[in-house]
Amino acid sequence: MKKLSQVIKPGFLLSMPYMAHLTLFFIYPVVFSLILVFHRWDVVTPMEFVGLKNFIRVFSDEVFMQSIINTGVFLVLHIPLQIMVALFFANLLNQKIIARGFFRTLYFLPVVVSGVVVTILFQQLFNYDTGLLNQFLYKLGLGQVPWLVSENWAMPSIAFMATWKNVGLYVILFMGGLQSIPTELYEAAELEGASSTQRFYYITLPMLNPTIVTVIVLSVIGGFSLFIEPYVMTGGGPMNSTLSAVLYIYNQAFNFGHMGYASTMGLFFAVIIFTVVKIQRKFVETEVY
Amino acid sequence: MKKSILYTVLIIGAIVFAYPFVWMFFSTFKPDGEIGNIQLLPEIWTWENYQLVFDRIPIARGFLNSLIVTSMVTLSVTIFGSITGYAFSRLKWKGRDAMFSLSLLTMMIPFQITLIPTYILIVKFGLTDHLAGLIVPTMITAFSILLFRQSFLTIPQDLVDAARLDGCSELGILFRIILPLSKPVVVTVAILTFVANWNEVLWPLIVIRDQSLMTMPQMVALFAVGGGSDSSIGAQLASALLLALPVIIAYLIFQKHFIKSMASSGLKS
Repeated sequence: MKKLSQVIKPGFLLSMPYMAHLTLFFIYPVVFSLILVFHRWDVVTPMEFVGLKNFIRVFSDEVFMQSIINTGVFLVLHIPLQIMVALFFANLLNQKIIARGFFRTLYFLPVVVSGVVVTILFQQLFNYDTGLLNQFLYKLGLGQVPWLVSENWAMPSIAFMATWKNVGLYVILFMGGLQSIPTELYEAAELEGASSTQRFYYITLPMLNPTIVTVIVLSVIGGFSLFIEPYVMTGGGPMNSTLSAVLYIYNQAFNFGHMGYASTMGLFFAVIIFTVVKIQRKFVETEVY
Repeated sequence: MKKSILYTVLIIGAIVFAYPFVWMFFSTFKPDGEIGNIQLLPEIWTWENYQLVFDRIPIARGFLNSLIVTSMVTLSVTIFGSITGYAFSRLKWKGRDAMFSLSLLTMMIPFQITLIPTYILIVKFGLTDHLAGLIVPTMITAFSILLFRQSFLTIPQDLVDAARLDGCSELGILFRIILPLSKPVVVTVAILTFVANWNEVLWPLIVIRDQSLMTMPQMVALFAVGGGSDSSIGAQLASALLLALPVIIAYLIFQKHFIKSMASSGLKS
């Protein structure tokens, strides 16, 4: 060890396991995926070069486009709902209250539980005839909602469920964000006669900007990874209305053996993710300031 | 008056987030015909749902598989993450900053790109239907390295220099001096890795087909999707509850650490 460390710097030596792992499980896959996109391959028979065919197919594949739109619908519903609910509860929990820890613990509970559990649970809660939600709405004198059986309702239902599952995390993030706002700002604004709505719009929201960006980026990445919820709950139906991009890629690759085509969709989708995250970062930063 | 509204809203919130789990718990003891009833407690208590789960799927085995995979990954991520984080923060060597930038880049590349090639790699290594196929790809993560690096940068250089003068090796400095001073970050990395891997289901679905090697979430998901549960809602909920229980218990014991750790994953962006 002593002699070796004279030849090779210990820092280099210590990071060698990581470099090896990185080469094998990051560099190689990225490079290989760039090769795969020009091929047709089912892993068993030899690879076949197909040129740009996979790319042409991506653009003419209506189901894939549908899956991207579905993911978009999910995000458009999920993100604003998540931010509003999280801000609402973070504000309440930041008041002087007793048993704050108790409430926080309960709100956070769905965050730690597996998505599989939440999905199986909500499959029953969403049931048209026997589900708790419809029974509750019925008691209130409201109509029943065709949560998972209608193609118009199925994706919003999943977005609702995802909000319920994740919002606890964002409550905590917003609580941290709110606590970092200096109270002098509010005191000064109050002296100047700003109403509570004005204080919210001109102090709270701008000061929370970094947290909001974090929340949006995390929700976007999470939303783009949507898989197990439709896999267990709907299988992507009804009428492909809950087919997420990852579920479609998974089916193409691992049920039909279209590795090349699935990789092309993966690459295409990753480019979309990257662009969306970049754009909304810029957008949110300029919008709120 | 205003306080009472505040508490009412908070309690409604608590019910919204916790009641479904309570409902799930009692439903697993109801016969299927009763689960649709609005009444919370079962009229007839039954073990049949659990009986069906244990008859149809080797769920205890699934628990063991998950425990093995998750523990191995957590141990490995903590050890290698801290070693690499140490090399990236307290040691000077050529190429260090380039390597660190590269590790940041890996966090920005969506997994949708690497998923299929990584699967093909696992096929080539003959690791499909092996627990190792679940462990090896996530043995070291860039995020853990980042967390360790940030924490190690705050430790005074004097301590490191003193240990080095005493003839302590680099690994000795890391494990005897630095890590004992960095308990919070070790807890954070361990909890984040454990929860993420315990709940992971996409990768096991791809790599494992042999039921006796499936992880618990994978087994439970397939039990609900496939015909295994005979469409018994009670049995599906029972399997889900068994899957949730270990994490819920761990969470209730270490809740402060859980919340703090998982909130720090917000740094990721």
